[in-house]
Amino acid sequence: MNSSIARRKAVELPIDARAFDLLGLTMALVLGLHSPHLPWWLSLALALTLGWRWWQRRQQTGRVPRWLKLPLLALLVLAVIVQYGNIFGREPGSALAVGLLILKLLETETVRDARVGISFACFALMAALLFDQGLIATVVVALGLLPALATLRALEPGQAPTSLPRALLPSLALSAAALPLALLAFLLVPRLSSPLWGAPTPEQARTGLSDSMSPGNFTELLTDDHPAMRVSFDGAPPPANLRYFRAYVMWNFDGRSWRYLDTRYAKPQEPAPLEADSSIQYQISLQPTRQRVLPTLDVPLQAPAQAILQPDREVLADKPVNDQLSYSARSALHYRLQPTLDERSRRLGLRLPANFNPRTHALAAQWRQRYGSDDAAIVQAALTLFHDGGFRYTLAPAPLGRDSVDDFLFDTHEGFCEHYSSAFTVLMRAAGIPARVVTGYQGGYWNKLGEYLLVRYSDAHAWSEVWLAGRGWVRVDPTGAVRPERVSLGAAAAAGDQLSWYRNDWLQGLRNHWDIVNRWWDQGVIGFDALRQRGLLTPFGIRDTDTATLGVLLAISSVLFIAIGLAWALLRRRTRDPLRDALRELERKLARMGVVRRLAEGPQHYLSRAARALPDQRDELARLMSSYLELRYAHDEPSPESSRVFQRAVRDFRVAGVVK
Amino acid sequence: MRDQLQRIQRWAERRLPALTRYRRPESLPIELHRRRIYIVPSGFGIGFSVLLLVMLVGALNYANNAALLLTCLLGAASAASMLVAFRSLDGLRLSHIRAGHAVAGQAIELTLALDSSRLRNAIRVDLGGSSIAFAIDANTTAQVKLLLPTVQRGWQPLPRLRLWSSWPLGLFRAWSWLHPDQSVLVWPQPEVAGPSPHAPADDARHMRLHRGDELAALRDYRAGDPQRHIAWKASARHDHLLVKDFEQPQSRPQWQLDWRQLSALDNEARIARLARWLNEAQAQRCSYSLWLPGNEIASSSGPLHYARCMSALAQLP
Repeated sequence: MNSSIARRKAVELPIDARAFDLLGLTMALVLGLHSPHLPWWLSLALALTLGWRWWQRRQQTGRVPRWLKLPLLALLVLAVIVQYGNIFGREPGSALAVGLLILKLLETETVRDARVGISFACFALMAALLFDQGLIATVVVALGLLPALATLRALEPGQAPTSLPRALLPSLALSAAALPLALLAFLLVPRLSSPLWGAPTPEQARTGLSDSMSPGNFTELLTDDHPAMRVSFDGAPPPANLRYFRAYVMWNFDGRSWRYLDTRYAKPQEPAPLEADSSIQYQISLQPTRQRVLPTLDVPLQAPAQAILQPDREVLADKPVNDQLSYSARSALHYRLQPTLDERSRRLGLRLPANFNPRTHALAAQWRQRYGSDDAAIVQAALTLFHDGGFRYTLAPAPLGRDSVDDFLFDTHEGFCEHYSSAFTVLMRAAGIPARVVTGYQGGYWNKLGEYLLVRYSDAHAWSEVWLAGRGWVRVDPTGAVRPERVSLGAAAAAGDQLSWYRNDWLQGLRNHWDIVNRWWDQGVIGFDALRQRGLLTPFGIRDTDTATLGVLLAISSVLFIAIGLAWALLRRRTRDPLRDALRELERKLARMGVVRRLAEGPQHYLSRAARALPDQRDELARLMSSYLELRYAHDEPSPESSRVFQRAVRDFRVAGVVK
Repeated sequence: MRDQLQRIQRWAERRLPALTRYRRPESLPIELHRRRIYIVPSGFGIGFSVLLLVMLVGALNYANNAALLLTCLLGAASAASMLVAFRSLDGLRLSHIRAGHAVAGQAIELTLALDSSRLRNAIRVDLGGSSIAFAIDANTTAQVKLLLPTVQRGWQPLPRLRLWSSWPLGLFRAWSWLHPDQSVLVWPQPEVAGPSPHAPADDARHMRLHRGDELAALRDYRAGDPQRHIAWKASARHDHLLVKDFEQPQSRPQWQLDWRQLSALDNEARIARLARWLNEAQAQRCSYSLWLPGNEIASSSGPLHYARCMSALAQLP
């Protein structure tokens, strides 16, 4: 048929300036969303290409010649290979995709090109979410759909002209109308419990706590204000000075750095014995760390699900935390941990590398001599030294030499938690007291509105545990001796004068409120995994929602939405014609008296007949008829005033008397 | 190939009347409603849904809920666009079709009057190979002009025409077939060359074309009078404009075109010749009368007269 040929040609039709502008806008948005993880020179080059193409097409429509296009394509592939080494994987793949998208614009002239470009742009928009699925990123990406949909609209021929901003509005309306269905599908689309292919590439997440600690490697962490985890407690939260979240317990010291070794024992060991009288239950939602460690409040009684309690009562998950993870645990705040120390642990807890820190060893020996076998007194002496020895808390300490502890204790006198805990632990070991370094988080911000504790990366902390006879492992926080507010207020407050100007109180408050929204997003949307989906219908009495149930639910509710949509689509607004309605009413009144309007009878004939049939009301009917005829036929459009007068006249018309 | 398709289509219409019940001619006005609007995904729509599927599987595989949400949003918007596509046709009314004039072999101009109670964008009409896109404002009538090729003189029934739209996103195609029970009259094609009509001897001296430039009188200016007819000198002496009134000279030729004069030719050749004479007469602005079997048109002139004569010729058996 001819029409099919005409249709094929329609796809080949050139696109107009409006559609091209919208397409360019979409591509610019995609580029902008991807630019944070693209190399800056590639982003710049692509932006320039985009701008040039837009300018070029304004001057003259037409494809960019092939001799220019092909070298650009080769250049792009070369650039990606030079930057990333290959073209597969998340980063190189997205760089290549964005580059190809921009190059596609160079040859976009027809409706078909533009449609291909928009489809590809939608895919690239989604790919941007693989890098950042935060609330803001998602909203911005969703807004990126608006110019994409508007472009598709603009490709349709024959439409009333509008301004560019107004062209975006219908897409917004369409998206808004689609939102309920989208949310429903989001809730009910069955999640995969394991990926179909490949392991998800780990996110380039925050550095987080590491399983080793050397002087200075906390600095980056302590200035990172992003949330590390959020903790909600069953009951009252513990007081500020007891909010220690243990992550790694480190025994091994090589003179410079402390290391965590989870293979300290050849075979799995029972966790260290714990005596506790009271405990506290809490839930933690942890941001991805790509490590196995799960921070827990102080000393946990049991491991959370899918995690193992290690010998020192630190918790390791079965697999690295690559996605946000929620777990609940129960911990003791007042306890005796490992009241009797086995020989192996004692040896490990006293081991120091040979030929390091001679002055520290001398000081420890001196203390040992002075206090005899009173370990507690030696601990106190060390804390007093930190408190009164002219030590300073700073996030930018002077660098330390080979004998780092000596340098710190006797020369520089400045540092932050890791310097203090490391020096303290070395001192204790040198004095013959088993000691170890513990890293984790301390403090956090209590969000009153959300009733949860927000722990940021900047709350990372390191402290020591010493083993005292009869008391087991006792937590000692040497940083607290120097700067007590570090323990009560947090690292940022302790840093004092080094604070950036923007960390004002009100700004801090704003950030904390904003964090509630983020928490809701992280828990409700990003953390909505297969497990949570199975518990979706618990409030309705279905404990475990399996895939089949989800499918049925999805089908039923989609049908419901389709019904609503169809009702809207089929809805026809009745044309408002008050005059006709009034005449109908008059007809009904007359019909009750036996004067029925015939199918092919005009109003004049009908009303004249009615007047003859009802002689009592002849004048009234004649008046009604003449006013109806005038309103209907004398003007194009009767004024609403006169229509109302006629309506009232009809309403007041009463059929009196009996018709023979 | 195309012939085959058309044969299959004819067969389908014969065998499956239920599918094609709206393709029978029906009288105007025709209002589109849900029972005659069909909708299927377009090629682009199918491609796009494959893309959505890929995005869905990707988002599920990487357990990326934000991407999943985006995919769901895009999918729901696409589904909603189907309803919008339907709504852009639903309630559209083809109130009448006006045909222009054309001789056989030329395309005839059709003006479709479509009314709508709301704004509709990107409605397209396909008719006999030509296609046009238009928008209708709320409560207005759109006059859509289309060209329909013609083959031979006489009444030509309108082919079925298709109203369709892929508004708003091009993902779905909604269409409806309309087959208005209306025919257009196609005028006969004049012959290319031939003898002039036999002119009566007494008219021969009047064959010179008269411009009608004999001044008869002056009269008051009326709106619409050509400016060059204004008598400026005479007007200067009065307080209003005067116009030179021309008298139509009585010396215009009178042509009597007669079917019977052409008895040597066959029917179609006669019609073609008469058509050419009509054209010539019209070009020379002379009056003419036309005698046809069963139809006698008195002498007159002007486009209306011409149209009447041509239509009479077109309708000859």
